[in-house]
Amino acid sequence: MSYNFTVSPDFNPDCISGWFIFNTWLQKCITEPIHLELYNDFDSQRQAIRENRLDLVFANPFDAVALVRQQGFIPVASPAGQSDEAIIAVREDSPVSKVEALQPGVRIATMDDPDVHMMCMIMLEPADLDKHNTQITVCDSYVLVAKELLTAKADIGFFLEATYNDLSSVIRRQLRPLLQSRIQLIHHVLLVGPKLAARRADMLAAMLAMNTEEKGRAVLESLAFSAWQEVTTEDTEFMIDLMATLVES
Amino acid sequence: MKDMNPDDIDGEYREETLQYQDNSRRLVLVTEIETPVPDGCLIVSRTDLQGLITHVNQSFVNMSAYNEAELIGQPHHILRHPDMPAAAFRDLWNTVMEKRKWHGYVKNLRKDGGYYWVYATVIPNIRQGEVVGYTSVRRKPSRARVEAAEAQYKTL
Repeated sequence: MSYNFTVSPDFNPDCISGWFIFNTWLQKCITEPIHLELYNDFDSQRQAIRENRLDLVFANPFDAVALVRQQGFIPVASPAGQSDEAIIAVREDSPVSKVEALQPGVRIATMDDPDVHMMCMIMLEPADLDKHNTQITVCDSYVLVAKELLTAKADIGFFLEATYNDLSSVIRRQLRPLLQSRIQLIHHVLLVGPKLAARRADMLAAMLAMNTEEKGRAVLESLAFSAWQEVTTEDTEFMIDLMATLVES
Repeated sequence: MKDMNPDDIDGEYREETLQYQDNSRRLVLVTEIETPVPDGCLIVSRTDLQGLITHVNQSFVNMSAYNEAELIGQPHHILRHPDMPAAAFRDLWNTVMEKRKWHGYVKNLRKDGGYYWVYATVIPNIRQGEVVGYTSVRRKPSRARVEAAEAQYKTL
């Protein structure tokens, strides 16, 4: 019987093969069979989470809350030196140069990426903007968010910073960051479920050693990571508390 | 907690004495200089059950004008501004002690006597059903909300 592994659907599409390479490497390290399933959208992945079909998840902070608090997942590691940051972008020729200049009725293009959407909505608060006085279009990908902006169907676009920086130079030349988050405390994390939890120590040891070995470094490069860093249970509980303060209630 | 030091103050200031719930007092020195919270920042801190600061992030350090060593172990009311009504903080503590989330607009006092406004959210940190501390996250508010809060606080 294989364990089931998935990655939050907001991963960089250029790293698809990198996750399969990582999965192959991890299986060899801990000699356990692990099946990697990549979902096209958050709804499909969340369905799998609700149905308890997953044993290993590289989770975004939003899903980490549910996995840890409701299903007993525990953290293993996160990419060293990386945190989730968001960018609100406008077209390069937009007259808007500060968030306070945005007006009620502003058209927003966003992806169904809950932590990015949340961070960007928070950044709109100084302009007294919220979901009640803005028009929100949810796109299937960040490329489509960019397209909404470029075709003037949206006034602002919400992006994960890493994905914004990975947009083609042709697209980025036509856009401009209006605001960038500087939170530094929210990040994706590899979580292991109860069935695989006994192998956490072995997984962690192997992952921490990756950047000291040639093959490990190659795997990291395919993921665009420099290294892994351990995440403790208290680290994750702190991040969950942080998320709890930011989520509307 | 020590009284504020005139050598740390930037600009003309007035003196006020704050009395806290534990009956301790502190002389604070207050200017009219505002430092706006930078866009996109979250100012984060954690305290223990007694309200002593255990963790701060860099944005907290930057906005407060204290260094980390000056903050850790201090009561959170090191940031209390005399323009904030005591009722706001009573409401905060009553709410989180009931294990509920508190939101509010808060004027904080900097080490240099200046101030900054935030929209603050405070939650109890619960582990195995027990409250082990509190997390506070603050972000930039709109001008309109700050003005409304100021007007309301003057009546309290």
